[in-house]
Amino acid sequence: MTPVLQVTDLTVSFGDVRAVRGVSLEVSRGEVLGVVGESGSGKSVTAAAVMGLLPPGARVGGSVRLHGKELLGAPERELTALRGKTVSMVFQDPLSALTPVYRVGDQIAEAVRVHRRVGKEAAAVRAVELLDLVGIPRPGERAAAFPHEFSGGMRQRVMIAMAIANDPDVIICDEPTTALDVTIQAQVLEVLKKAQRETGAAIVLITHDLGVVAGFADRVLVMYAGRPVEVGSVDDIFYRPRMPYTVGLLASLPRIDRGERQPLVPIEGNPPAPGALPPGCPFAPRCPLHVEACDEGEPPLFEVGPGQRAACIRWEEVRPWAPGQRTGDETGLWPAGRHAGEEARPWAAGRHAGEAGRARARGRHEAGARPLRTVLEVENLVKEYPLMRGAVFKHRVGTVHAVAGVSFDLREGETLGLVGESGSGKTTTLMQILELAAPQEGRVTVLGRDTARLGRADSTAIRRDMQVVFQDPLASLDPRMTVHDIVAEPLRAHGLPASGRRVAELLTLVGLDPSHAARYPQDFSGGQRQRVAIARALALEPRLLVLDEPVSALDVSIRAGVINLLASLKARLGLSYLFVAHDLAVVRHIADRVAVMHLGKIAEIGQVDAVYDAPAHPYTQSLLSAIPVPDPARERTRTRILLEGDLPSPADPPSGCRFRTRCPKFRSELTDEEREACVTVEPEVLPVGADQGAACHYAERRDVVRPGGIVR
Amino acid sequence: MTLSGEELAEEAVRDVAPPSRLRVVTRRFFASTQGRIGFAVLALMFLLAFAGPLFTPWSYTDKDFTAFMQPPSATHWFGTLQTGSDVFAVTLRGMQKSLVVGLLAALVSTALAALVGAFAGYFSGWTDRWLSWVTDLLLVLPAFLILAIMSPLFGAGQWVLFVVMLALFLWMVTSKIVRGMTISLKQREYIQAARFMGVPPVRIIARHVLPNLSSLLIVDATLNVSAAILTETSLSYFGFGIQPPDVSFGTLIADGSRTAVYAPWTFWFVAGLLVVTVLAVNLVGDALRDAFDPGAKGRR
Repeated sequence: MTPVLQVTDLTVSFGDVRAVRGVSLEVSRGEVLGVVGESGSGKSVTAAAVMGLLPPGARVGGSVRLHGKELLGAPERELTALRGKTVSMVFQDPLSALTPVYRVGDQIAEAVRVHRRVGKEAAAVRAVELLDLVGIPRPGERAAAFPHEFSGGMRQRVMIAMAIANDPDVIICDEPTTALDVTIQAQVLEVLKKAQRETGAAIVLITHDLGVVAGFADRVLVMYAGRPVEVGSVDDIFYRPRMPYTVGLLASLPRIDRGERQPLVPIEGNPPAPGALPPGCPFAPRCPLHVEACDEGEPPLFEVGPGQRAACIRWEEVRPWAPGQRTGDETGLWPAGRHAGEEARPWAAGRHAGEAGRARARGRHEAGARPLRTVLEVENLVKEYPLMRGAVFKHRVGTVHAVAGVSFDLREGETLGLVGESGSGKTTTLMQILELAAPQEGRVTVLGRDTARLGRADSTAIRRDMQVVFQDPLASLDPRMTVHDIVAEPLRAHGLPASGRRVAELLTLVGLDPSHAARYPQDFSGGQRQRVAIARALALEPRLLVLDEPVSALDVSIRAGVINLLASLKARLGLSYLFVAHDLAVVRHIADRVAVMHLGKIAEIGQVDAVYDAPAHPYTQSLLSAIPVPDPARERTRTRILLEGDLPSPADPPSGCRFRTRCPKFRSELTDEEREACVTVEPEVLPVGADQGAACHYAERRDVVRPGGIVR
Repeated sequence: MTLSGEELAEEAVRDVAPPSRLRVVTRRFFASTQGRIGFAVLALMFLLAFAGPLFTPWSYTDKDFTAFMQPPSATHWFGTLQTGSDVFAVTLRGMQKSLVVGLLAALVSTALAALVGAFAGYFSGWTDRWLSWVTDLLLVLPAFLILAIMSPLFGAGQWVLFVVMLALFLWMVTSKIVRGMTISLKQREYIQAARFMGVPPVRIIARHVLPNLSSLLIVDATLNVSAAILTETSLSYFGFGIQPPDVSFGTLIADGSRTAVYAPWTFWFVAGLLVVTVLAVNLVGDALRDAFDPGAKGRR
């Protein structure tokens, strides 16, 4: 089959910085190529170069051929004729990719009319057809709406509709689901699949999420430091990787389908800056298989198998990292003996791995044997925001029920994961706890003290024992302060001596070099910055640490290191974590118990393995089934429970059960009499297992991550 | 929570001097050529203004009745005025006044702007309303008129009052900018982090809000130095401000400008020193701003 799009030896440089250094790829009709890489690996620049959308300062070399026709250096008029017709693109941020002042239908119609001689009416009809195709309910009405009236997922559907408007041969998707919630991501990926079926186009899917690639791509290209380092079929890449970087990426991913917790294996160090690449193999400084020969020259892509190429001179020795024997035994995809030897498992030597593993074992509690002392208790917490309207005379037009009666407790030494999609109220809950103010309704008890009855001195004392780590370390560290001042700040605030020695001790504790104390946060990489934030949180020896999405702003290879650090600190220092996240895989890895929030209420709460292995609430089930697993074979056999539509507005929640408008059970399984209860009665969290409770009238435990898995 | 013994031994934590912000900023300031030159020139100016008079036999009140409007010579280094005053002596005297008045007024006004703006922005509510009200009130008062009316009070030895009055009419606009920026800074995560850490509000303002506004404040202070010197100059030009027999750059330039064409020494020395002063202050300001800003170029 002749490739539709063929890129050969593409290079892009901005001034002295070589962002893309020799990318070659090809996609055939109906094929999906996944391009995987961390931020700064040059994957988006490659896409822009193919589309001819690079800024004027960029120098491009190599060749990009579409149907055998050279695109690089082609006149702008020809490119314009191709863009949107033969090649189209779906961007990451659907809000900025749609023009806010035009109706959605008109924007799609415009995309049609630019390339085809059709009348206004015909284009409008086609626009409605396309909206219907991508699953927008009531497409005729919605075509007349403006982009801001659409939710993120709906906007991304519109983008896909525009991309397929002219039956393109190639669709380039640049992180199409990164900005979306998991349930919406699942919907959008379904739409993309459908779009591909309809048009038969080749898709280039650029993403950092290996799970999405596993379920969606046929072939995968792994990029590192502006170059492809491994290319192959999706099974080869996931089960038989030959490049240590790929192995490392796979090993550093927390997974929702792994119950027993092996420590993650982080890749040491940071990705190189594009302006300052090491001599030889760019991955050499972080590679456990590094030998002197690696520094001599950049390795070419070796042919390591049929259709698989890897850029590593020691590719024959590289073996996939198998946590224990488990994955190998279970799927039987490679002989167990091959990864038994220590030498064959390059990542076993990871310095943090063993330590975190021990920590894990100690920190873990068996189900039912919860510790006795409570450090945080939230009872029926309610937080509402007024919706105001009017410029001169402000009046209340409604109420946003951000948190509508949430109860949970956190015991000493435990980690409670608070998960939910955006708008579920998890951040509001967190802020209510952190503010230490009297809640609007309900009760918050922190370390045995009711926040409604706290004096100034009391709250200062509690703040000493309760510390917080925010999502984005760059935003939560004062850019004008040195690391020393940042880490010493809580000490000074509570009148403790902030000696250089103490700060150095804290920096060592989180795995940073104490001699870096005089630097500013901007001199560090993302993972190191988050370590600084953790050191600051630990300065006062707190008992409770509130973690607000502590790893979601970090790159995949860095994330594992921070997660391991958190796990080992907890075990060594006896901390309790309230861990707020939207990434369920990370929560499964680190939490003892998990609370799933939906629209300001807790849908399900319980011991983490119980909830993940056998979720009882339909929302938890669909949430878990929506998460892509970095395991192609499993992804192919899984059935997704797709939710319809978006999260209802918290200003106008449905009566009775708040989930019923999206509930697959309500829609297809229940009888009309049974539905009556869902519509009229708001369900309470009721126990369904030893340490598991679900707020559903018809809760039923079910394994959705591993189909056929046994429900204990 | 302490590190276990083995780890302590292993890592051999040294007792390093805490590299706090003050030290780092000072080091970065003096590491830049701009900062060194600016600081040196400003120090020299002060030295000249306050130690210079010791080296000349003439004081600013003395009049040499043997030399009127003489060009620079060995006896009168900068020449003499029409009244027989030694230009060197009066220039130094004027410089003493202008340097002190200019720098102090600028510092006081910027500090006032920073404090009022930051408190209004951070605390909002009634604090904000009151402070904004005062700011608006001072904005609408005609500053020049009030200074002119009050000028008889700035007689001998009352220069402190003069500085305060000058500063009082320079800070309002900056304060409004600071207030706006504080409101947006307050939403930033590091301010929230500090709050949740238990850092008291006043400390947050001092340690987080103000340093993050330092670029603005330093530029403002730099501009205010020139503005204060020039306001003082123009006040003095109109006969308010510094009263004879005392002199300032303003009075000297006013007198000198009339004779500048045929007796350049009566004007150019004063004007030159004023330019050098403002230039040095600008250099210091630029270097300080860079030293405070970790994103600025240059090595730490």
